[in-house]
Amino acid sequence: MSTFWIVVSGTLTGAVGPGVSVLYAVYGELITERAGRINLGLEGCMLMGACFGFIATVETGSAGAGVLAGMAAGGGLAAVHGYLVVYRDANQLATGLALTLFGGGITAYAGRDYVDGIISGLNPIAIPLLADIPVIGDALFRQDILAYLAYGLGPLIWAVLRYSRWGLSLRAVGESMSVAYAAGRDPQMIQMAAIILGGALAGLGGAQLSVAFTHTWSEGMTVGRGFIAVGLVIFALWSPLRAMVGAFLFGGAIGLQLQLQAVGAPVSPFILDMFPYVITIAVLAIWTGPAARAMPAGLKSVLRSG
Amino acid sequence: MQNPQNLQNRDYWATLRQAYGLTLDATAPPLVRSLLSVGLALVVFGLFLVIIGRDPFDSLVTVFQGTLGSKVGMSEVGVRMIPFVLTALATAIPARVGLINVGGEGQLYIGAWAATGVAIHLGTGHTWLMLPLMAGAGLVGGGLWAGAAVLLRNWRGVNEVITTLLSNYVAILFVNVFVFGAWKNPDGFGYPYTSDFESAAIFSTIGGTRLHLGLILPILAIIACYVMFTRTRWGFNMRAVGGNAEAAKRQGIPVAKYLLVAMIVGGGLAGLAGMGEVSGIQHHLRPGISNNLGFLGFLASWLAGHNPVTIIAACFLLALIFVGGDVLQLSGGLPSAASLILVGLVLFFVLGFRRPVRSPT
Repeated sequence: MSTFWIVVSGTLTGAVGPGVSVLYAVYGELITERAGRINLGLEGCMLMGACFGFIATVETGSAGAGVLAGMAAGGGLAAVHGYLVVYRDANQLATGLALTLFGGGITAYAGRDYVDGIISGLNPIAIPLLADIPVIGDALFRQDILAYLAYGLGPLIWAVLRYSRWGLSLRAVGESMSVAYAAGRDPQMIQMAAIILGGALAGLGGAQLSVAFTHTWSEGMTVGRGFIAVGLVIFALWSPLRAMVGAFLFGGAIGLQLQLQAVGAPVSPFILDMFPYVITIAVLAIWTGPAARAMPAGLKSVLRSG
Repeated sequence: MQNPQNLQNRDYWATLRQAYGLTLDATAPPLVRSLLSVGLALVVFGLFLVIIGRDPFDSLVTVFQGTLGSKVGMSEVGVRMIPFVLTALATAIPARVGLINVGGEGQLYIGAWAATGVAIHLGTGHTWLMLPLMAGAGLVGGGLWAGAAVLLRNWRGVNEVITTLLSNYVAILFVNVFVFGAWKNPDGFGYPYTSDFESAAIFSTIGGTRLHLGLILPILAIIACYVMFTRTRWGFNMRAVGGNAEAAKRQGIPVAKYLLVAMIVGGGLAGLAGMGEVSGIQHHLRPGISNNLGFLGFLASWLAGHNPVTIIAACFLLALIFVGGDVLQLSGGLPSAASLILVGLVLFFVLGFRRPVRSPT
């Protein structure tokens, strides 16, 4: 294979690992935002998931228990956000950032004895036949179980939001709390559930990062992935299917960066690291019309534009 | 910020609170509510200390002795307050016109980068020339970086919350490009930081402590903001724009220009905080100079209700917590992360118990 194809297949392989953790966080933020709330604390929820997922895996020896602990930790932290913004009317942006700092503090404390430990965690399982497809086979079908779960979760969330009674309630609350209330739903309870579920998914993403992708824990290891998830939800125009594209583009930017470094391209790795953030901002500037139309009405008070 | 209507009545909770005398909502005066919230946060933190096997009262005494109880402690609180006040104003000024600046962290980095550029490339040897030039560079750098977000908003309608949030990471990486690249100190044993500044580019310290003359930056900024908000037509118009932009536009106020200028001034102050950090504390530029200063300033401004005078109190509290955390770390081996936990608790209680409960619609 020429260098070009090595870079391409390396990029794809490198894209899925970091992409999956972000994808879970994007799913979580998407569900939260479709219910008309925003959670900037997802970064903290991811850290909680990564930290407690790792600790539980070490202590119980079971990666499955670790993943569940990560989800519980992420969902638990998000519950604080939910209570404050839904029932106490606190400002969502400030509470969310406070949540991120708090999560950073808790995990730095709880995880201090586990830093740089190595676990076997979850390992790739090759899917027969599919894994042998050239170029994309290794990237997509020689992954851990959480990656396969993430592939399936996007269409599932899409279908649930679109066709189920729960999905309808959630979307109704996101568009208008008073209409949903008048229709006999409990808007606060639904938002609370959406925020907790969102945090749990972010925690799952964090657990994927520590238990399945890096197999280690280090302080602040999510480095802004929770925040990029907030941007990617808008990039995806609040659609779970487009969210998959966005998350893997983000992963691809990371994969490409590693590949270009490996072949010695004369570009500062930091400039390549900027790509996901710059591209998200650029897309927001270009797609303003569709973004305004797709935005849940309940978010407009927070994310209203000029 | 407008929140969607709150639909359910809260009779149950109201009754419960009245029963326990915890009327932290609409009826209590703001000061009482704030103090009670901070007190509750301290109680929860005390429980945390008990759980991890420390004596909370002992810790309190240690923290007092290490902060307000000594000259060095007091000066350390002052050192911490300098960037907090500036990054808090970086949120408060745009908030006046209804903009939300979550980008203080990045603006601080860009300001530090610009000030460093002046310090290492324009060495003149004259303090009276270097410090104003560096401060100016910090202001302009942070201001332009922040202003770009409002240009995108005015031009394409892109919301500034997302752009300022994401641009933090771009700014941090941008600084890395230089400190790992062209500006790396050749004598730095491969570590990523720039050469140390010449002495003319460094704020002198006061009385043998780490407190430096960069202290005048937040003082001037607070006075300027207070005067601008309360005594000038701009301040009045800013409030009009923040209250109802449409009405302000009909009054003939150039809303887009106000938004842009408020964000540039705010970002400039965050940039000035970066200048103060490199010139007063670090004396060179390296990655990670900020460590959440921008985010903490954002939260301090929310704690203070975006009021330039109460911001002083909020930043004092944050500084006290962080210096106290350092003291506990040195004396009792409590990890520094404990400070972030306490800050988070304080914010949860203050944010959650401040707003008056609105009547059900």
